[in-house]
Amino acid sequence: MNPSAELTDNGGAKPRALPLLSFGKSGFADKFFQKLTAFFAFLILFLAFLTALTLWQASAPTFHKMGWNFLTSSDWDPINGIFGSVPFVYGTIVSSMVALFIAVPFGLGISLFLTELAPMKMRDPVAFLVEILAAIPSVVYGLWGIFLLAPFMRVHVDPVLEALGGALRLPFFKGPSTGLSLFTAGVILSIMILPTITAISREVFEAVPNTYRESARALGATSWETILLSVLKPSRVGLLGAIMLALGRALGETMAVTMVIGNTPQVSINLLAPAHSMASVIANEFSEAVSDLHISALAEIGLLLMVITLVLNIVAHLLVWATAAKFQK
Amino acid sequence: MKSFKKIMTGALVVAAFAGTGLVNADSVSLNGAGATFPYPIYSKWFYEYNKATGTAINYQSIGSGGGIQQLTNGTVDFGASDAPMTDDQMAKIKTGVLHFPTVAGAVAVAFNVPGVDKLKLDGQTLAGIYLGTITKWNDPAIAALNDGVSLPDLNITVAHRSDGSGTSNIFTNYLTKVSTKWAATAGFGTSVKWPVGVGGKGNEGVAGLISQIPGTIGYVELAYAIKNKISYASIKNRDGNFVEPTLESTTACADGALRRMPKDFRMMITNAAGENAYPICGFTWLLINKSYADPAKGKAITDFLKWYLDSGETMASDLYYAPLPASLVEKVKAQIDEVKY
Repeated sequence: MNPSAELTDNGGAKPRALPLLSFGKSGFADKFFQKLTAFFAFLILFLAFLTALTLWQASAPTFHKMGWNFLTSSDWDPINGIFGSVPFVYGTIVSSMVALFIAVPFGLGISLFLTELAPMKMRDPVAFLVEILAAIPSVVYGLWGIFLLAPFMRVHVDPVLEALGGALRLPFFKGPSTGLSLFTAGVILSIMILPTITAISREVFEAVPNTYRESARALGATSWETILLSVLKPSRVGLLGAIMLALGRALGETMAVTMVIGNTPQVSINLLAPAHSMASVIANEFSEAVSDLHISALAEIGLLLMVITLVLNIVAHLLVWATAAKFQK
Repeated sequence: MKSFKKIMTGALVVAAFAGTGLVNADSVSLNGAGATFPYPIYSKWFYEYNKATGTAINYQSIGSGGGIQQLTNGTVDFGASDAPMTDDQMAKIKTGVLHFPTVAGAVAVAFNVPGVDKLKLDGQTLAGIYLGTITKWNDPAIAALNDGVSLPDLNITVAHRSDGSGTSNIFTNYLTKVSTKWAATAGFGTSVKWPVGVGGKGNEGVAGLISQIPGTIGYVELAYAIKNKISYASIKNRDGNFVEPTLESTTACADGALRRMPKDFRMMITNAAGENAYPICGFTWLLINKSYADPAKGKAITDFLKWYLDSGETMASDLYYAPLPASLVEKVKAQIDEVKY
C-alpha cells in the first residue's frame, strides 16, 4: 500500500538530525511511547470489531426471518417485511466501477501531466485546484448533481449514449432516460474520487528517482517511452493503492449518490436506468423505519457493506503483494 | 498573588453553585424526540413557551421511528410521530401512551407538464399513474378530468420520496383508500415498495426532480410547495368536488374526519368527507406517557399541552401548518386529564 516503500532512494538526501525530544536516557520514554502507539493501533481494531458485533446483533431478526435469502433476493418491501439486498449491492458496486472507469484514466493523466510534462510554475497551482475538489462536502455535490448534472446528462449525454448503444446493439445504454441513473451516479462519484487518485498517484510518480528518467533519456527514449518504462512501470503497486483508496470512498459515498441514482431498488444491465445503493438506502430509510424488522434489515445492509469493503481491501492487498513480489524479481 | 488567585477561584466556584441553584429552584426541563415534519412549528412553540413560563423543552427532530424508539426506551419525556403508533408498539411502553394531535398537514400533488398550469386529478387516476398503468399525459383518463386543457403526448415520470417519511405515509394511505389495486400491490407506510418511478431524498429532492424533468409528477408537503411556489393539482374529494390544497381545506379535512374520530385520536384522516375538504391530509402527534414518576415533569407536560391547545394553535398558519378545528381542540383538551403524576 505504501507507495514509497519500494522506492527509498530519494536521490541521496541525508536524513536531518532530530531535535532533542526525549526526556531522560533511561529508555522508559521509548518503551512507553511504543506501548502507547500500540494501544492506539489496537483501539482501531477493537472499534471495528465492536461495530461489526453491534451490526451483527442488530441484524439478527432479519437474518432469522430471511436467512440467506437476504443475499439472493431482489425484493425490498418494508410493508410486508420482505428484505433482499441484491439491488443495493449491485448499485453500489456498478456505480463505483463506472466511477473508476472514468476517474482512473483522468486521474493518472492529470498526475502524469503535473509531474512529467507541465511547466514547473503550473504544477502546484493545478494540483491544488484538483485537490480542493476533495474539500467540497458531498451534499453540495448531491445538490449540484440533481440540479445541474442530471438535467445535463438527460439532455446532452444520455441521448448520445442511447444512439451509440442502439447502433452497437449494446444493452448498457437504453432510453428513455430521466438523467437519474447508475451512470450519472458513476459520473458524480468519478469527480469525487478524482482528487484521491490524482494526489496519491502524483506522490507515487514523484517518488520515482530521477535517475530512472535520466537513464531512459540517455538510452534515446522518447517522452512517451520514458513515462511508460521509467515512471509508470515502477509505480504499479502505488497506483493500485491509489485506486483502491478511491474505490473505498466511492463504495461508501451516500449523499451525492442518493441525489442522482434515482433510488429505485432494481437490477438492470441498462446503465441509464435508475438504481439504488447500500449507503443510500440506509441514509434514506433509517430515520423513519418504524418496524423492528425494517431497522434490522438496514443494519444487515450496513454489515454487508462492511464485509464487501473488507473483502475488496483484502483482494487489493493481495494484488499489491503479488505485484510487488513480481517487481522485485 | 497566590492567595488572591485562591480567593478568586473560590468566589467563582461559589457563584457557579449559586447560579445553578437558582435555575433549578423554579424550572424544569423536558426532553423530546421524533418527527421532522412538524419541527418548525414545535421549535417555535418550545421557544415561545420557554419565554412565557421558563420551562425549557429540548426537541431532537430525529424522525418518527427514532422518537417512538426513544420513548419506548424511556430516554425522552415525550415523543412525536407523523404516523399513529401500532398496538404492538404501544404495548411496549409500560406507562401507557397517549396521542395528542398537534397540527394537520396536507400533501400537494405537484407536476411539471409544459404548457399546463392547472390540473385536475381524482384518486383512481392518481393511483393509476403511481401504479404505472397510466403512462402518458394525454391518457383518456386524465383528459376526461381536464376539459379544455391541451395535454401533450409526453411520458409521465413518477417521482416519490426515497427516504421514509410521514408525507409518504399520508400519500400512500390515501391511495390505499381510493384504489383496491394499490392496496393490494403496495399498501401504505413511511417506506413502501413503489411499483414505478424514481425517488428523491426529502421534499427538496422530489421538488428537484419535478422541476428538472418535463413530464414529472410528484408529491411534496403543502408547506414546501407554497414556500417554493410549485404548481400543484386540485384533487377530487369524497363529495365529488375538485379542491386545491390550502390551509383552510386541510383544516376542513380534519373537520370532516371528526365524526369517525376514535377516542384515542389514532386515525389517518385521508379522504375525509366534507364539501371543501382536501383529501390528502393528516395529523402529526405528540406521544405522551400516561404517567410520570417525577411530579414536576408531569405538571410541566400537562401545562404545556394546555398551552399549545390554547395559544399555540394560532401560531400554526404563519408557518403553513393547518390548525386543528375548534371542535377537535375541545376533545383533545379533555384527554389531558388522563396524564397522571
